[in-house]
Amino acid sequence: MLEPYIAKDQPIEVMGSGSKRSIGRPMQTAATISTASMHGIWMYEPNELVMSAHAGTPVAQIEAELSAQNQMLAFEPIDMGPASGGRRGTQTIGSVFACNSSGSRRVTIGAARDHLLGIEGVTGGSELFRAGGRVMKNVTGYDLCRGLSGSWGTLAVLTEVTFKVLPVPEKTATLIYLGLPDDIGVEVMCAAMRLPYEVSGTVHLPQSMAARLQHSVLVEQGQSITALRIENFAKSVEYRTNALRKALKVYGEPIVIGSTSSQEFWSEMRQLSVMPYNEGTCLWRVSTAPLNGPKVVAAIRRHMPVEVFYDWSGGLIWVEVPASADAGASDVRRAVAVHGGHATLIRADASVRSSVEVFQPQSPLAERLMRGLKTTFDPMRLLNPGRMYANL
Amino acid sequence: MTLKMPVPDRDTLSRSAEIIAALKKIAGEEAVIDDIDGRRTFETDALTAYRAMPLAVVLPETTEGVAEVLRYCHREKIKVVARGAGTSLCGGALPLEDAVVVGVSRMNKVLDVNFDNRTAQVQSGITNLAISAAVAEEGFFYAPDPSSQLACTLAGNLAMNSGGAHCLKYGVTTNNVLGMKVVLMDGEILELGGPHLDAEGYDLMGLMVGSEGQFGITTEATVRIIKSAEGARPMLLGFDSSEAAGSCVAGIIGSGIIPVAMEFMDRPAIEVCESFAKAGYPMDADALLIVEVEGSEDEINDLLARIAKIAEPFSPTTVQISSGPAQSAKIWKGRKSAFGAIGRISDYYCMDGTIPLSKLPEVLRRIGEICASHGLKVANIFHAGDGNLHPLILYEANDEEMAERAELAGAEILTLCVEVGGCLTGEHGVGIEKRDLMTKQFTEAELGLQMRIKSVFDPEWLLNPGKVFPLDAEAGIKVDTAA
Repeated sequence: MLEPYIAKDQPIEVMGSGSKRSIGRPMQTAATISTASMHGIWMYEPNELVMSAHAGTPVAQIEAELSAQNQMLAFEPIDMGPASGGRRGTQTIGSVFACNSSGSRRVTIGAARDHLLGIEGVTGGSELFRAGGRVMKNVTGYDLCRGLSGSWGTLAVLTEVTFKVLPVPEKTATLIYLGLPDDIGVEVMCAAMRLPYEVSGTVHLPQSMAARLQHSVLVEQGQSITALRIENFAKSVEYRTNALRKALKVYGEPIVIGSTSSQEFWSEMRQLSVMPYNEGTCLWRVSTAPLNGPKVVAAIRRHMPVEVFYDWSGGLIWVEVPASADAGASDVRRAVAVHGGHATLIRADASVRSSVEVFQPQSPLAERLMRGLKTTFDPMRLLNPGRMYANL
Repeated sequence: MTLKMPVPDRDTLSRSAEIIAALKKIAGEEAVIDDIDGRRTFETDALTAYRAMPLAVVLPETTEGVAEVLRYCHREKIKVVARGAGTSLCGGALPLEDAVVVGVSRMNKVLDVNFDNRTAQVQSGITNLAISAAVAEEGFFYAPDPSSQLACTLAGNLAMNSGGAHCLKYGVTTNNVLGMKVVLMDGEILELGGPHLDAEGYDLMGLMVGSEGQFGITTEATVRIIKSAEGARPMLLGFDSSEAAGSCVAGIIGSGIIPVAMEFMDRPAIEVCESFAKAGYPMDADALLIVEVEGSEDEINDLLARIAKIAEPFSPTTVQISSGPAQSAKIWKGRKSAFGAIGRISDYYCMDGTIPLSKLPEVLRRIGEICASHGLKVANIFHAGDGNLHPLILYEANDEEMAERAELAGAEILTLCVEVGGCLTGEHGVGIEKRDLMTKQFTEAELGLQMRIKSVFDPEWLLNPGKVFPLDAEAGIKVDTAA
């Protein structure tokens, strides 16, 4: 597959549909390889909760197929396309794992990487390889499925992925607490996660963010929103909603929205609809310990005006900052250095992305190991060279 | 037994007195075990058929202590075998005569627990169960639950990516780790992840977990802790064929219920466990399922009733819902003591393949045939929800010829697991036991790729060599790396 490029020593841009093309450092490549022509689901066993698809299969097609059997991609991959200037609803399943893109359910059910069971790919040396398999439990050989998750096409071209799927819960309810400041919103989310009711989504939208929702009922409230999702069989949803409400009553009485309305709301979270593409701003994705979320935001806010919303009970923060020559990188990264975690620049001009580190800088030792892995998989540095880090 | 280990390096062996003296100087007298009786404690793991007396054993108390020992061994080109509690079933912790064993058992403290962030930061020598114990006060637990959880260390769990009976719902080790501190062979200390939910850059932590002690020695980790459900209760479902039991499992999953555990036992396993534990297992069944669900009392009743209904079309011979904690404990005692119970009547060789659920009846039939053809008996225990199959091949350890037949039958069974779309090992690891079968699952190029990854972390192959890959393949890559 890659021989012609190897022969000419031509660096290649590796992509699926290109929905996340403008995330990462700008690259100098001579050609593009898209997996979009490799599509199709070739194995789906609902009773074993497993599906295999060619890497270029659109997520939309996979979700339609799963939905027909009342199943889903439980880690609800985020569509970063619209927020980063790409197209909505076009991302491929290969890219979801290559970027380890996980949505709100990550707090209970795990990340994309945790659902990846097997891969087939081609290294930068044009070697075809498989790792993992189609079974849930597999410790045969090193764990290359995890190793390649989140490598953004810089180690290998994924050609096939096999992943775990889960049943769609019978009912969903979302408890919406109104008017809480950020730190109390995070407190409520952490308190909910400390209870045995398997809350499967926790987001906090400050007032200005809630105003950007399309969900009319919630916009009308005109206040900040702290949302807790319960999913289960109908009886359990009813029981757990009441139990949660009782346990958290010091925070006020929530509005409770049902399945359909909940789906609209959580789907907006998956689309990052409150962070639409906007040339006047840059967008960061910050991951930190949940309790430190508001502290990171406060630290950044001391240097610039920001708009944020919190997912993962405070541990994932989407931070919109005014466009500038460095997208506020030094202040964002300093805040993260103090409170722990990491920051990725999701949206900024190409000029900004070539002058600041887009992905979190690594320790010299981690950098050395990453370089070693790059050399192992892609000795000529042909695949997405420099997309994550200048020397990878 | 039939597996060979690499020939010990004569030069290293001849320097043993000097090496021990140096280790004592570095780590302190009390941290080094060099007498015969002391070392004998470490000469094997839970794959007891294989033994090797290590050159010395060091038990450091700090990450820096581990780093100093590794720095010295790296400089002197001395092999190192990392060890947690030595409960590996695949020889993962088997020492080498020319290697220093570095054990983490003295590093067993809980460093920090944060219930809001739902994390526990611990030293890696802590036992699996001690993590849960440390967070039980607030009703939390650490999810992966290998059968050896009372003894096994987190360090070993991380090295082998251990699973357990409850990972259908909660995942295995790799899904429950957020941060690690690892000492590499050259003594450098690598910090990965932390209390946040995802790490950036290449997923070095994902690679490290399950690397069988060949990439580095983990000294600390931050793990996810989970709030326990309000309650949990199992039910027993007996069937007159494994087909019916397998179909019932498929039916349960297909209905949208994800039980916290679904354990399958065949008739020989039922008989042995029942006579040992008096758990109330049905003696007239050919296949038994233990299905456990979680939630409030009402939720549990609702789910178990749904499951009983799903089972109906498969004509269960027994449907018995646990009446309460005492009976639940009995039911689990039977299952959890299965290995011990079988061990009382015979030596056994425990296999650990994984298969697609739909292949269960075919695989069980062929396992029966394979064992019969070698004149051996077998009992099967199966984590039905995730496809992890544990055939226990019965033999007599002091009958060498019979032991070899058991090994042969085991290899045929694992090859069968790969053939039907599964894998060689679901949770025990490759170690030495399945080393030579790796070619059944991977091409030469794939093994080469994996071995080159090992070389990134440990270019001289000093950490836990002679495991995971066939010896001739390992010798080949060492020549390549040296060139």
